[in-house]
Amino acid sequence: MRKVTVYITLKQGVLDPQGKAIQESLNSLGYNEIEDARVGKYIELKVEDGPNLEARVTEMCDKLLANPVIEDYRFDVEEAEGL
Amino acid sequence: MKFAVVVFPGSNCDRDMYHAVKEVLQAEADLVWYESNLEKYDGILIPGGFSYGDYLRSGAVASTSNVMKQIKEHAAQGKPVLGICNGFQILTEAGLLPGALMRNEKLSFMCHQEELVVENEITPFTSGYDKGEVVRFPIAHGEGNYFCDEETLADLKANNQIVFTYKNNPNGSVENIAGIINKEGNVLGMMPHPERAVEKLLGSDDGLRLFQSMVQNWRDTYAKNA
Repeated sequence: MRKVTVYITLKQGVLDPQGKAIQESLNSLGYNEIEDARVGKYIELKVEDGPNLEARVTEMCDKLLANPVIEDYRFDVEEAEGL
Repeated sequence: MKFAVVVFPGSNCDRDMYHAVKEVLQAEADLVWYESNLEKYDGILIPGGFSYGDYLRSGAVASTSNVMKQIKEHAAQGKPVLGICNGFQILTEAGLLPGALMRNEKLSFMCHQEELVVENEITPFTSGYDKGEVVRFPIAHGEGNYFCDEETLADLKANNQIVFTYKNNPNGSVENIAGIINKEGNVLGMMPHPERAVEKLLGSDDGLRLFQSMVQNWRDTYAKNA
């Protein structure tokens, strides 16, 4: 069994109004060092180990988990101990 | 012309759409649960709402449903498909229309009337309008901010695929885009709600001509000698 962790973020250059609101909130709390914030998604998948695991996860990201028009993604694969 | 109003779990503008085509337009129409067969229908209407609770991204989960395969086949045959609001989001997620709908620029859900400009009147959905005509449709969305890359935008312009634009852009959409059509000219997606603008009593009947145009074009194409 493997644990796949997918990180999805808005593409650079795509406006992130939620991130902007978070940045401004942090600034108003006095954290003036925050220049930018970007919001993304974190998805954990429990996957049965098999051939082409990475290729299949890439396919899943392109088909459903991310929207390639506006989002980038990356993922890590690890042993799913204790999941 | 027989319309199917496709109902997903979480659709909530399905009754409005049904009312517009069945009672106001007086066309044949059915509310069709998303697991149904669409074979006997001529026009597919995908209504607004929050299909699957907007989980993952608006329209993303609905775009993978079996009924979308049927809608893709229907579209490939040149038959009309209209997606409004969440319907537009589903069509972009399914790849039937280019681009994506993102969170409104100012983050808030907006629900009010907007003035739209008819940019392309040579479609089966807009032949009842004049080019440049200003119409009033309600909007009701939190994620209607249309985005596409430069290349896609150039394509949309070159092929005259931008059908409606906002006069006063409410959500940050690129080039004020409110509605686009596919290259083939039979799949229209738009964020504003023409189905909620079919009776003067409710503020505007500018939307009725969109549905009338669909029926007229259907008759001209498929029922000339009928």
